[in-house]
Amino acid sequence: MLSTGGAIAAIGVMAVVTFLTRALPFLLFDRGNTPPKIILYLGRVLPPAIIAMLIVYCLKDISFLQAANWAPQLISVGAVVALHLWLHNNLVSIFGGTVLYMILIQAVF
Amino acid sequence: MNRKALSAAFPVTVPVLMGYLAIGMAFGFMLQAVGYNFIWAFFMSLSIYAGSGQYLGVTLLSTAASLGTVALMTLLINFRHLVYGLSMLEKFKGMGWRKFYMIFSLTDETYALLASAQAPVGVSPRDFYFAIALLDQSYWIIGSVIGGVAGALIPVNTEGIDFAMTALFVVIAVDQWKAYRKHLPALMGGLVTIVFLLILGQWFGQQQMLIVSLGVIVLFLLVLRDRLEEKEGTAC
Repeated sequence: MLSTGGAIAAIGVMAVVTFLTRALPFLLFDRGNTPPKIILYLGRVLPPAIIAMLIVYCLKDISFLQAANWAPQLISVGAVVALHLWLHNNLVSIFGGTVLYMILIQAVF
Repeated sequence: MNRKALSAAFPVTVPVLMGYLAIGMAFGFMLQAVGYNFIWAFFMSLSIYAGSGQYLGVTLLSTAASLGTVALMTLLINFRHLVYGLSMLEKFKGMGWRKFYMIFSLTDETYALLASAQAPVGVSPRDFYFAIALLDQSYWIIGSVIGGVAGALIPVNTEGIDFAMTALFVVIAVDQWKAYRKHLPALMGGLVTIVFLLILGQWFGQQQMLIVSLGVIVLFLLVLRDRLEEKEGTAC
């Protein structure tokens, strides 16, 4: 666990970086300059690549040596995808997948 | 604050009210589960104000991540905000000091409302936008504080609740998958990360490999530009 000061510093960094990512387009392009095409291109294709990257990052502790180390994660990810395709409701998908995962790791595996 | 603008904005924000109370509560609940009470939830929602960013924050706080990791992960998860800003340049023009707040509060949901909502006759669009942004953040703060308090009162075995962050990313990915015609960026992003983070990361350290993965992904996207650009063109 972080010290109180350490936690405040981490939250400060998150706040500053979040604000900067939101402010950057305004800092760069607010004086009427049109953004270079290459930036617009990256702005369009990078988000799906980054989300895929973050999903892999979240699942990085999976190991295929034991069922308990991969089955709960992969079953729950499958459930989130299925719920989301079925009902198109962010909250139901996130909540359903998380509760399933909690049940799987606490009671099944 | 102009009351007329607030009462015009409120009905528009009702879907976000529902969503933010629920996701905010889950955030406060998770934060309490890793040992940070509702006061922390309040200040995080006040100062950071980012749905997925704060879910990530719970994990970063609970694993005592280094400040460098915190900065990098926050940058990655918020990268899509760059695109939002680009399309709000015109809308926020001439808002004076309130523009600072509009930029700070540009979350996915507020962006979605601002992109589509029209100010009713008799209400200044600038007051209307500002009221939407302000109401949305107040829902988020209220939700996260309620979640924090509930987490302290209700004893639940919260082991595994951090999966909510994975679930959130999966939901975003499914939505993107449907919105984009070309799936190469997503597939390539996942594959590159598997190779660099999971395989090479065993030897070179996973934090370093995350940055390398990002670099390789950008490189691939630049190389593939001709192929992706002509077909993606109007897809989003």
